[in-house]
Amino acid sequence: MLYREAGDFKTSYAADSQTFPLRLDRWGYWIILAVAVFVVPLVINDYWVNAIFLPFLIYAIAALGLNILTGYCGQVSLGTGGFMAVGAYSCYKLMTSFPDINIAIHVVLSGFITAAVGMLFGLPSLRIKGFYLAVATLAAQFFLTWLFNRVPWFYNYSASGQITAPERTLAGFRITGPETQAWATYLFCLAFLIASAWICRNLTRGAMGRRWMAIRDMDIAAEIIGVNPLRAKLSAFGVSSFFVGIAGALFFAVYLGAVEANEAFGINKSFLVLFMVIIGGLGSIFGSFAGAAFLVLLPVALKVLGSDLLGMPTDLVAHLNLVIVGALIMFFLIVEPHGLAQMWRLTKEKLRLWPFPH
Amino acid sequence: MPDQVLFAIEVTLNGLMAGVLYALVALGFVLIFKASGIFNYAQGVMALFAALTLVGIMEGQVPFGHLINSIFGTDIHGFGWQVPALLAIVLTVLVMILFAWAVNWLVLRHLVGQEPIILFMATIGLAYFLEGLGDMMWGADIKTLDVGLPQGLNTWIDETTFDMFGYGFFIDNLDLSATVVAALLVAGLVLFSQYTKQGRALRAVADDHQAALSVGIGLNWIWVLTWSIAGFVALVAGIMWGAKSGVSFSLSLIALKALPVLMLGGFTSIPGAIVGGLIIGVGEKLFEFTVGGMIGGATETWFAYMLALVVLVFRPQGLFGEKIIERV
Repeated sequence: MLYREAGDFKTSYAADSQTFPLRLDRWGYWIILAVAVFVVPLVINDYWVNAIFLPFLIYAIAALGLNILTGYCGQVSLGTGGFMAVGAYSCYKLMTSFPDINIAIHVVLSGFITAAVGMLFGLPSLRIKGFYLAVATLAAQFFLTWLFNRVPWFYNYSASGQITAPERTLAGFRITGPETQAWATYLFCLAFLIASAWICRNLTRGAMGRRWMAIRDMDIAAEIIGVNPLRAKLSAFGVSSFFVGIAGALFFAVYLGAVEANEAFGINKSFLVLFMVIIGGLGSIFGSFAGAAFLVLLPVALKVLGSDLLGMPTDLVAHLNLVIVGALIMFFLIVEPHGLAQMWRLTKEKLRLWPFPH
Repeated sequence: MPDQVLFAIEVTLNGLMAGVLYALVALGFVLIFKASGIFNYAQGVMALFAALTLVGIMEGQVPFGHLINSIFGTDIHGFGWQVPALLAIVLTVLVMILFAWAVNWLVLRHLVGQEPIILFMATIGLAYFLEGLGDMMWGADIKTLDVGLPQGLNTWIDETTFDMFGYGFFIDNLDLSATVVAALLVAGLVLFSQYTKQGRALRAVADDHQAALSVGIGLNWIWVLTWSIAGFVALVAGIMWGAKSGVSFSLSLIALKALPVLMLGGFTSIPGAIVGGLIIGVGEKLFEFTVGGMIGGATETWFAYMLALVVLVFRPQGLFGEKIIERV
């Protein structure tokens, strides 16, 4: 009744093709943005930031990146963890080599470095397709984490083999290092997430995004109508790795502070981000957010429910977590293979007609 | 012969034996992929689950003991009996058949006709589920598995080679028996698929689903059968790997090792799985032996993938896979 397009007259092409054509959607979008930027930083503390907000923001960036590659361009990648490691280690090298330069610039630069590495590992995608490619990206995953573990130059010859983020500030507030303020790190990551989502949304509805989708739907047909597969696939690998690299850099520098390549960026990380994309919805910006939120919140919710309320031992809760995550993934795939984003779309369709059935 | 050559031969032999174990896991993948087009990521976890179940049954553990204890405040750990290995293996096979049936009726039946990537994701979900379930049923601690296979250095080979070359080869008895078991298993599978009615039905389904359906072969039954066989292969792989390095979570990671084997051999070829396994087993051991020391060691983690990647760039369908024909 309220949620409908009637009475909302568009007078220009720009208004007609905007992201949120419905007035209520636009309001909702601005309200959520305003709450995220102005209200949340005032009320959060260290626990909330570390348990929920930072992982959500960072995984959402990674999921956006993977969604471009897998959801929009149709190239399944299991190398996300490796590319996140590239972002993390290049951020570390940049931070320690050029301490005077702004941390935000370092994060963006590590994104570009990861993009270059991603395009290198994307080259085989021109010959290898489907599952074969998915397994081929595992080569990136294992080779990169091995490289960062075994070549001491990457971790500055530290005795433990770990990398630890030095203390850096932005506009006088500590962003990385041992003593950071919760709201500062939150806003820093939020800024990157908003920028990433904005870029992704506009890339995917432009010429580049259409080329990716043409390749995804059928690469030979796309080639025949004049899409260059080399450029389309490599640009998808590049853009995707750029965001994944930024996520990796933030994951290391802002969230964890100290990482070891195999532990933080192992194969499980690749699967986790892939699950986010699948559960959220392939080929959907909203889906990346929904998937990241779902898989970040689920273990926290289970832990609160299991160990704090029911008093079960922690190892049992961890096993139960695996069982439930696995069962949920299968359940989602059976009930709605297009993910949370499709559910959201259907809900909106129903809302527009409500309270009438047709 | 110079020492280096002798070392290299020893490394190659050990690589061949490791390759047999990789091939065992890869075999389970190929069986399911051929019969149902599902790329079953859970194969490695199935091996882990089978091995855990076997150990649990042999030691008379109560399933879900930890869970029951924490809910009801009881303190039960075991039934207090030991089950002989052979009986335990039979019971475990029954459990794996039950599992195959459950997977087909609860999950795969609802996913018929979905895209391969969705099915692949479902098996990853299955892998998580099964891993958690196995830990919950039997506990997550590392267990030793001993079904009476010979272990340790094979003294006969050691002495014979010492007499011939003046250097004794170190070959593990367990690896030898794994090779024998794998050979028996493959021979059994070949006989089964060539000479029994069910085996022929299985091959018919693998060739063409619709044609098989139209001559009256029930797909559901065939899929349950395939998953049961894959479960059995997983059990054999689980016993071998479990006896070698203990039954723990790391056992499920052999699935990841089997992936490059599959890519190299081609997803649809059983000989491919075996040859691919041998090539990767020998390749990674020799690479570690010759180059690994110079560039930091532990190259086994990625060598197999890189090798498969390079091969795939030149042969996108793997060494033995069916030629990929694409149409618009």
